[in-house]
Amino acid sequence: MVFKNVRDWLEAPAASVAERGGRLNVLRGAVARVTTPLLPDDYLHLANPLWSARELRGRIVDVRKETADSATLVIKPGWGFDFKFQPGQYIGIGLLVDGRWHWRSYSLTCPPDWNAPEHGGKRLISIAVKAMPEGFLSSHIVGGVKPGTIVRLQAPQGGFVLPYPPPAKVLFLTAGSGITPVMSMLRAMDRRGLVSDVVHLHSARTAEDVMFGDELRALHDRHPSFQSHLHLTGEQGKFALADLDAKFPDWRERDTWACGPAAMLDEIEQHWRAAGLAERLHVERFEIERSAIGEGGTVSFGKSGRSVEVDGATSLLEAGESVGVQMPFGCRMGICQTCVVTLSSGHARDLRNGDERREGDKVQTCISAAAGDCTLDV
Amino acid sequence: MAITDIQTFSHLTAADIETLGQELDTIRRSVELSRGERDAKYIRRTIAAQRGLEVAGRAVLFGSRNRWAWLAGTALLSVAKIIENMELGHNISHGQWDWMNDPEIHSSTWEWDQTGPSSQWRRAHNYSHHTYTNVLGKDEDLGFGILRMTRDEQWRPIHLVQPLANLLLAATFEWGIALHDWAIEKELTGTPKSELLSAPNREFARKIARQVSKDFLLYPALTGPAWKSTLKANATANLVRNLWAYAVIFCGHFPDGAEKFTIEQLEDETQAEWYLRQMLGSANFKAGPAMAFMSGNLCYQIEHHLFPDLPSNRYPEIAARVRELCDKYDLPYTTGSLGKQYLLAFRTIHKLALPDRFLKRTADDAPETSSERKFAGITLPNTERWADNNWLLTDPETGQRRGLRSALHEAKVVLEEKARHEKEVLREAKRALKEKARQEKELLREAKIALQEKARVEQAALRRKTVREKGFRVRLRRA
Repeated sequence: MVFKNVRDWLEAPAASVAERGGRLNVLRGAVARVTTPLLPDDYLHLANPLWSARELRGRIVDVRKETADSATLVIKPGWGFDFKFQPGQYIGIGLLVDGRWHWRSYSLTCPPDWNAPEHGGKRLISIAVKAMPEGFLSSHIVGGVKPGTIVRLQAPQGGFVLPYPPPAKVLFLTAGSGITPVMSMLRAMDRRGLVSDVVHLHSARTAEDVMFGDELRALHDRHPSFQSHLHLTGEQGKFALADLDAKFPDWRERDTWACGPAAMLDEIEQHWRAAGLAERLHVERFEIERSAIGEGGTVSFGKSGRSVEVDGATSLLEAGESVGVQMPFGCRMGICQTCVVTLSSGHARDLRNGDERREGDKVQTCISAAAGDCTLDV
Repeated sequence: MAITDIQTFSHLTAADIETLGQELDTIRRSVELSRGERDAKYIRRTIAAQRGLEVAGRAVLFGSRNRWAWLAGTALLSVAKIIENMELGHNISHGQWDWMNDPEIHSSTWEWDQTGPSSQWRRAHNYSHHTYTNVLGKDEDLGFGILRMTRDEQWRPIHLVQPLANLLLAATFEWGIALHDWAIEKELTGTPKSELLSAPNREFARKIARQVSKDFLLYPALTGPAWKSTLKANATANLVRNLWAYAVIFCGHFPDGAEKFTIEQLEDETQAEWYLRQMLGSANFKAGPAMAFMSGNLCYQIEHHLFPDLPSNRYPEIAARVRELCDKYDLPYTTGSLGKQYLLAFRTIHKLALPDRFLKRTADDAPETSSERKFAGITLPNTERWADNNWLLTDPETGQRRGLRSALHEAKVVLEEKARHEKEVLREAKRALKEKARQEKELLREAKIALQEKARVEQAALRRKTVREKGFRVRLRRA
């Protein structure tokens, strides 16, 4: 008991770092007594950017082109990264462009136990990024991120995951970059030698736009129980769900994972509901990388569970106060930074200069307004 | 009674003030748009340099039993602490680097190497001080609650110890700030004083325990036999940092020309008037690049108060543009050497330790504070020939706007002339009185001489009479 108290006391200064339950945190906490108010990591990362668990970091070790407009980033995470993620989850990644960190979420494409000899036993992770026409960061990543670049990471998360062991019969429905989380699931199945009866239907505009095409073929060659169907919308038009019965008569018996554009997912959800199979369907909606839409919207307050509809001129602070949310506030004119909270989803706009704020950014609520629906972490 | 009406005091029209505000917004926007890699590099390098200096200082202090090692280690640590306090802690907590979206260099997470917790300081400083800059009764930074820094504050006997209180505040500045912020935090959050285990109290106690044990227990203990000299070195470095921070803050707010405002000014204050209040309420001091860096660029206090959340490394270029605006709108730009600015503040501290009956000026016209009433009843020579005798005008001859700066200058000349004239009249009267006194003295002397002469004559007569009477008696006896 006493020992535990001492340990807790020692760990206390390092309690907020990403490393979970490691012995390292006792040491870190002990050293932090003399480096207070900083952590030892704050000094160590000056020597090597990866030597910090205060914020998860990683180094890009390889950038591989997948198609003309997509690429895979292989990243070596620094201290404190939890490799026990589940296939299908995504990570937050921060990249430095012009002095500013830009945060986005991308699906992990690697299975969690990436210890294969071809990677030299290095603990690496990978994500695949498809450049969106107006996507600032995705274009930047696909267009020219150099190996060696340091990135920030957020722990893997998300509920779009493949259970272990996988169900006997599986259907994957993907389109465009929606293939990325499914790739992670397929690779995990492959690595574990647990490829059950899997059907994968992937839509892409042309054959050149298919990400991981070779790998899908190779997978089929190794595991006859895996069937990969490509649907090229450029030639055949959109895949009609009514064709499912003809193409995969047993689709109703399969556990289904679907990922792709919102319109496609809406349709799929409706189709599955109509068939009374809603609970067998797993859907991942990508937060599509796009600019803020419109003015105003519904502002939700994550912690207090309230929400309010506002116009584009009402500050987020006023919005919160109007529904009785305990909002931090100060000067109310954008100078004191007392009212800063994290925008956990959606977009906001700086009322002073029109600058856009997006998911993951910290916003000054007194001078920011909703630009479309958004959620604040308060 | 300090400034109650900033429009009248500034000698600008409401439209002028509005345009000035827009021009300042333009400066703000252009800096915001040009923030980028260069600025990010600047702060990251500053952080790396500061940490390097600190590690070097701590390392050298292991040998602090050697006098030279002690001096070198203390100097390194002092410089590290100053940079950490001024350029990093202060500026990052202002949100100057929040635009980088870097979770480690962000106002909401940065903790500084000072006794008080950053969060409490941020509330007291960023909110109370920067919103209500120099407003009597609202800005607790006006004398930090222990010094009387304006004639608007009533003198109390406790102010007699002000010279001593000033020294104490300078030497223990971080503690003064910590206690000050702690009190404001409790006030703003409405924490009852009786609640000993309140969140602000616990946060405050925890931070102090960590800070004090680091500098005064753990580091000395770590250096083993050199513990005593390490302890002395740490205390010295904290003292040096305290003195420097104190000097920079006092030079930014208390030299002559940094005006104070009354609460009336806050009513319906526009953004442009807020800008103007920041400009008139702050003071700069002249510094080269090195001193500017060591002051956390607070030698540009005016610019800092106008744009507290723009990156500090951009203040020099902002200063050039603010000065241009001051010239254009004929507004004063209060600056001077560090020594001069401090001496002015020092003078105010010592002057105001005294009761008002020893002070000549009033709160409307004193070196450390003035109001729009300062100009009442003064006829300025240049304005007489103008049609409506209005100061809010452009000089028809030079095309220059005439505003506060000219008015202050002319008021000074007029007041000086008035004082000179009064002195002359006084001297004249004194001379006349002296002459009168001399004449009276002369008359007196003459009267005295006359009297004396008269007395002498009378005496002589008396003597003769006596002689005659004696002769008469002798003759009688003989007869």
